[in-house]
Amino acid sequence: MDNKKDVKGFLEFVYEFYKSMKAHEITLVYEGEITHQITKAFTSLTESNMSKEDEPNSVQRKVFHVMVECLQNISKHADDFTSNDYLFSGRGIFLVSKGENEYSVTTGNAVENDKIEYLTELLENINRMDKEELKELYKRQMKEGRLSEKGGAGLGFIDIKRKTNKELEYHFLPISDDTSFFLLTSTISRSDN
Amino acid sequence: METIKIQGTEDTPKIILDAGNDIMEISGRSLPEDVSSFYEPVLNWLNEYAENPKKKTVFNFKLTYFNTASSKLLLDILMKLEEMHEKGQDVVIRWHFPEDDEDMAEAGEEYAEIVDVPFEQVPY
Repeated sequence: MDNKKDVKGFLEFVYEFYKSMKAHEITLVYEGEITHQITKAFTSLTESNMSKEDEPNSVQRKVFHVMVECLQNISKHADDFTSNDYLFSGRGIFLVSKGENEYSVTTGNAVENDKIEYLTELLENINRMDKEELKELYKRQMKEGRLSEKGGAGLGFIDIKRKTNKELEYHFLPISDDTSFFLLTSTISRSDN
Repeated sequence: METIKIQGTEDTPKIILDAGNDIMEISGRSLPEDVSSFYEPVLNWLNEYAENPKKKTVFNFKLTYFNTASSKLLLDILMKLEEMHEKGQDVVIRWHFPEDDEDMAEAGEEYAEIVDVPFEQVPY
């Protein structure tokens, strides 16, 4: 009896979840470990949907770019944890939503609080820059930067801002005394320019 | 010297490095899981080739997409070619891009600004 009630409650939750996804125009949502296989699967799924919907090539390319960089950000950085907390390593939430005028790609993953300052500074610095400054920063980082052990080039955020031409929107929410949830959302305009 | 032929996949480019037939080409998509190990054979091949290059070297890039991690490795390849050019060898880079892809054209221009090598932009 109780079990039946639980199941019903759960199914009702699923329906609420579904409605909420529809309300926010979410076309893809995932929580878990972000691997290279996941990156390939999500990008090719989104790509085939966009191509079915005759989205302009330039929009398809931008969405593809942003998705790859966002997913790789999580897979390459979300496990920089010293706390050995298995739940956090390489994991995160990943969402794609499609509105009338734009696509949004949103990621969320746990970060240690002592990284907040660094990340904020990095993102603010990129947000302040105009096209030409971003181009110079990208070139300099490509020349002088080194690949991290996990193959990160430190270019992802710069590339996202350059491709979307929009500020990187982000937010930190506290999880515990030591960790926070880092959310980042990038929007790609659906008009072809 | 040895010829390298790597079939392209959905996340790795097609690569042909064939000194005998004067074909050097990287084409397709590049977002390998491990960029360094993927491009290592290319850099090794170029190091060997640079010791005894042909009279003229034309290196073709015909990529439709590459991620930021790949962009760094592509620069390593271009810098190797720049080194050959600096030693007085005849080296040309042909950067092919879809004519409606401004970002890919711009990526080529940026590389051309960083490395000092004859650089041809080829829309297709």
